[in-house]
Amino acid sequence: MPRAEFWQGNKAIAMGGVDAGCRFFSGYPITPSTEIAEVMAEELPKCGGKFIQMEDEIGGIAAAIGGSIAGKKVMTGTSGPGFSLKQELLGYAYIAEIPLVCVDVQRGGPSTGLPTKVSQGDVMQARWGTHGDHATIAYAPSSVQECYDLSIRAFNMAERFRQPILIMADEVIGHMRERIVVPDASSIEIVERKRPKCSPDEFVPYLADEEDDIPPMASFGDGYRWHVTGLTTNDWGFPTNSAPEIDKKNRRMLRKVDRFREDIVAYSAETYEDADVLVVSYGCVARSALRAVRELRSRGVKVGHFRPITLWPFADTELENMVTEYGIKHVIVPELNMGQMFLEIDRAIHGRACTHLKTLIDGELFKPTQIMSCIEEVI
Amino acid sequence: MPREDVMKWLRTQFMPHIWCPGCGHGIIMHAILRALSSLGKDPDKTVISSGIGCSSRMPGYIDACTLHTAHGRSLAFATGVKLANPELTVLDVMGDGDCSAIGGNHFIHACRRNIGICAIVMNNNIYGMTGGQASPTTPVGAIATTAPYGAVDPPFDICRLAIGAGATFVARATIAAPQMCETLIKKGIQHDGFSVIEVMTHCHTQFGRKNKRSRPLDNFNHFKDRTVMKAKAEGMTPEDLADKYVVGELYFDDKTPEYTKKYEQVIERAGGKPR
Repeated sequence: MPRAEFWQGNKAIAMGGVDAGCRFFSGYPITPSTEIAEVMAEELPKCGGKFIQMEDEIGGIAAAIGGSIAGKKVMTGTSGPGFSLKQELLGYAYIAEIPLVCVDVQRGGPSTGLPTKVSQGDVMQARWGTHGDHATIAYAPSSVQECYDLSIRAFNMAERFRQPILIMADEVIGHMRERIVVPDASSIEIVERKRPKCSPDEFVPYLADEEDDIPPMASFGDGYRWHVTGLTTNDWGFPTNSAPEIDKKNRRMLRKVDRFREDIVAYSAETYEDADVLVVSYGCVARSALRAVRELRSRGVKVGHFRPITLWPFADTELENMVTEYGIKHVIVPELNMGQMFLEIDRAIHGRACTHLKTLIDGELFKPTQIMSCIEEVI
Repeated sequence: MPREDVMKWLRTQFMPHIWCPGCGHGIIMHAILRALSSLGKDPDKTVISSGIGCSSRMPGYIDACTLHTAHGRSLAFATGVKLANPELTVLDVMGDGDCSAIGGNHFIHACRRNIGICAIVMNNNIYGMTGGQASPTTPVGAIATTAPYGAVDPPFDICRLAIGAGATFVARATIAAPQMCETLIKKGIQHDGFSVIEVMTHCHTQFGRKNKRSRPLDNFNHFKDRTVMKAKAEGMTPEDLADKYVVGELYFDDKTPEYTKKYEQVIERAGGKPR
């Protein structure tokens, strides 16, 4: 039976993970994401899972990668400075194609910055934080319900695509408490990673199936010996200096996500069909923005809202099509940074509407009235 | 040539290896493989983890479940593997830089947890792969490319560090005594807890060249002349031991419970089912 709960966003992320099959969490305490670790420490042993508090942030993601290689669904969680520290090993998980979910509950930066205050300053780091090309999949929950739902989806995507999936929450969403409905366990769709069907003798660890460009993954200990490395490898998983093999590996790693973009990209939108103005916002900001949009709508202002749920891949063609099809004249982007997603939104729109950026970097949350003023200024 | 049972553990298709002729790492790999083979270990259930550096290329040559990680982080990866599946035999092979510099934090915490991993530290007192920079075990006064007038920083004693941090089996050997390496590694693998075997080896290319030990043989003789068994060392003064390598089983404790076994009790206390 579905049940109602009154949960904090961080708890919902952890519980969503457990319900998605997460049985291993390793991390390091950091505000404002610590509650995820605390809930995992309590919940995982109840279902035979393992929690380990590591000695630092890098150890947190390293142990998670190890746990995933040994066959578990794994999560690590962090905030701001910890997310910076995890970048190198996120790259390791991309190249070695190790499923994991990494949560970043964003706080103000740079550096120690504002540990207890909200920000959206890590969204470009999510996209480009680790060196080298990689296909980022990052979700931005906007409610406690979405923390739970997107945590499950993140695990399913990690297992399907064999790579890290990011949950880019923020301090407000992570610490906010509200009512959520937890579905019946039997109704939750769970994706398991693709295992090799061949015999161990025939196993080629990074030979991808043509149908999806994703290689089946064996676990250490289940009879398939293989080599895992952060070096660029051939299909056998061993380091290569051959240009064609390097090209093949690097392009496949991006293609396996790119070709299923339609399955990944998610957004929600409302009252855009006759709108002159469209507000584009995500995470906690979308809550203030929606309040502003609905208030002005009730007064007859033709304004709509577009909320990316996946920050990466970004719903660029979807947004451009909406702006073009409905003749939207102005796009307003309120962000808790100096315009990180604004760059992407502006690129997506290709000059088909006037774009306006509204920044807030004082650690506070937008008030609906601030966004209402922005809308009123352009109409 | 290694014995037939040892050859089975090798990925010979990747030979010749990257190590310089006369490098000590081959002696250590051979000792590890003899130990694994004579213990009857199953390569499908044996994980060999490593970081980055010359020594860390070793898992690439071993036909087991091998994990070549990032610089200094191998013990953190290995901790995840062992905790996720305690049935696996987990070895971690690393260099002195991996272990005591960039990975120093992971090293002391793996010791503290007493997790069932056998760590083999190949100490050649230098960063070899990057061309001979000083490491945390470079002796004071020794020449390195980043210490052209002699190293200033006092070196770590990796075994004392391990004992202080809580490892429950700690031993030292040198590549001049391969049989002792094998025996101690075997004990380390069998030990139910975190074991550390420091094997003194050499980098004649990067360290020896600048420190009057440029031939492999100079290094064998260096170790032979300065090796002192633990029992004999107990009767010697710190001054006498200053330039010596005290070898053998330095610390052993079989009372402290192993980490993943303690975690099974956590699962029981939480009312869950152990795996």
